[in-house]
Amino acid sequence: MQRLGSVFVSYAIDVMNLVVQFPSLRAVDDVSCHVAYGQVTTLLGPNGAGKTTLVETLLGFRAPTSGSVRVHGLDPVRDHAEVVVRTGALLQRGGVWFPMTPVQVLELTATYYDQPREPGELLALLGLEGCARTPWRRLSGGEQQRTLLALALLGRPRVLVLDEPTTAVDPEGRQVIRELIRAERDRGCALLITTHELTEAERSADQVVIMNHGRVVVQGTLDELAGDALLIIETSRPVDPIELGRRLGCAVTAVEPTRLHCQIASTPDRVALVGAYLDEHGATLTSLRTRASLEERYLDLIAESTRRSS
Amino acid sequence: MRAWWAQTRAEVRMTIRRGETLLLTLGIPVVLLIFFSLTHVTTVPAGGRINFIAPGILALCVLSTSLVALSIATGFERSYGVLRRLHVTPLGQRRMIAAKIAGVIATEVIQVVVLGLVALALHWHPHGGLTGTLHAALALLLGSAGCAGIGLLLAGRLRAEVNLAASNGLYLVLLLASGIVVPLASMPSLVRRVALYVPSGAMADALHSILGHGAHVNATDWWSLGLWALIAPLLAAKTFRFD
Repeated sequence: MQRLGSVFVSYAIDVMNLVVQFPSLRAVDDVSCHVAYGQVTTLLGPNGAGKTTLVETLLGFRAPTSGSVRVHGLDPVRDHAEVVVRTGALLQRGGVWFPMTPVQVLELTATYYDQPREPGELLALLGLEGCARTPWRRLSGGEQQRTLLALALLGRPRVLVLDEPTTAVDPEGRQVIRELIRAERDRGCALLITTHELTEAERSADQVVIMNHGRVVVQGTLDELAGDALLIIETSRPVDPIELGRRLGCAVTAVEPTRLHCQIASTPDRVALVGAYLDEHGATLTSLRTRASLEERYLDLIAESTRRSS
Repeated sequence: MRAWWAQTRAEVRMTIRRGETLLLTLGIPVVLLIFFSLTHVTTVPAGGRINFIAPGILALCVLSTSLVALSIATGFERSYGVLRRLHVTPLGQRRMIAAKIAGVIATEVIQVVVLGLVALALHWHPHGGLTGTLHAALALLLGSAGCAGIGLLLAGRLRAEVNLAASNGLYLVLLLASGIVVPLASMPSLVRRVALYVPSGAMADALHSILGHGAHVNATDWWSLGLWALIAPLLAAKTFRFD
């Protein structure tokens, strides 16, 4: 719980039964979720899932059709001026005046805040010193994205809403952004990040919310999303799953000829048993994981949700 | 105040650096002032061509800056997501619009000085004295607010490309049908009547009365200018979309 002025706020972002209806489409349908201070929540989902509509509603671009959204306990439309002072946002399709350079736009935007961060410090932090005096229209996609992130950080926000922050960013830039996200979380900032980069999400998220067709399919920590105990074995050549299951004392399913799923927790004895069995059958262990990756879970959950809704 | 001032300075700097805006706000008015003063392609009332053309061109400056340049620039800022980003900063809609208006007024001051000097070089003799000058400034200010309201109304609702076409089309129609370079007296009666109820027409008529003849501005012009200055910005603020 955080104190903001005279009010105590449980969650930095609190969404309750949110519905956003467009003339011919229900973009967000009864969504509830929250983000605590000092937590990174990643919002995942295919294109058209309703992620950007949710983000735009949080930032006061539109009022909910029904339900409620609160940012720092405030209404983003009614209390817009107060919300944006404490919130940094990187938007899809958010731009800068074409002739302006990163240093110029940062210096101008710094005048909007009472106690902004130093533009020079942000330029250095995001590796933008080399292009600080290059006009916006001549910056690469990654440089533009990092400039927008610097702008979002300028006002020392307590909530950061980042819509696809790593789009068009090279691996080095992604590393910088990842470190920045961690630093902001450690500072107590609440972060809501939408992305299609599941590896990025797996690296930085404390909580994951997966949306499809405007609804929340599942939400929870990465451990919660991983589901029941699972041993994923990848081998150099196909082996008999029934025989392996008999040895391990559990059901083994061949997801692919060389990829087996065992509904069992990993222990040293079981790993040794698997190794011995593969040796006997002239196969080698190429990979052994103790839970499904976020990408695997995501694809399963989206496929299941699409099947159910159709 | 600091944010507004910084934003205003940035607006003026960007306006000056935009080549097409400079052409529209200074290039075209100067060319038209010289062309219509030195040629006889239009028939103007007695009292010297420059004394009719110069006040009309001042009205044209306001039309080109407050309506066309502001509308096109704002429309593209909206299309490129600049306004969308500003919406989530503490600058706020009011300070953003106030900065845009201040930027427009600063540009218009430069226009009036430049065009005034060119007109004086062409032997313009403005009438009205100090009172007339103050009345002319008020008419320009009210006309500017009305035109800016219309410009923002278009920019805040239309797609950038549609807005570009609509603003330029409106510029051409108002240039020809507001008594700016072609006297209203030589227009069909319907155009004459309608012209006094659009901001550019009322502004041109007021400036012709004050600076051309040293006469009082008729009440219809003041009412027309006042209502446009009030209603158009309010309507723009009510309907403006950031994305």
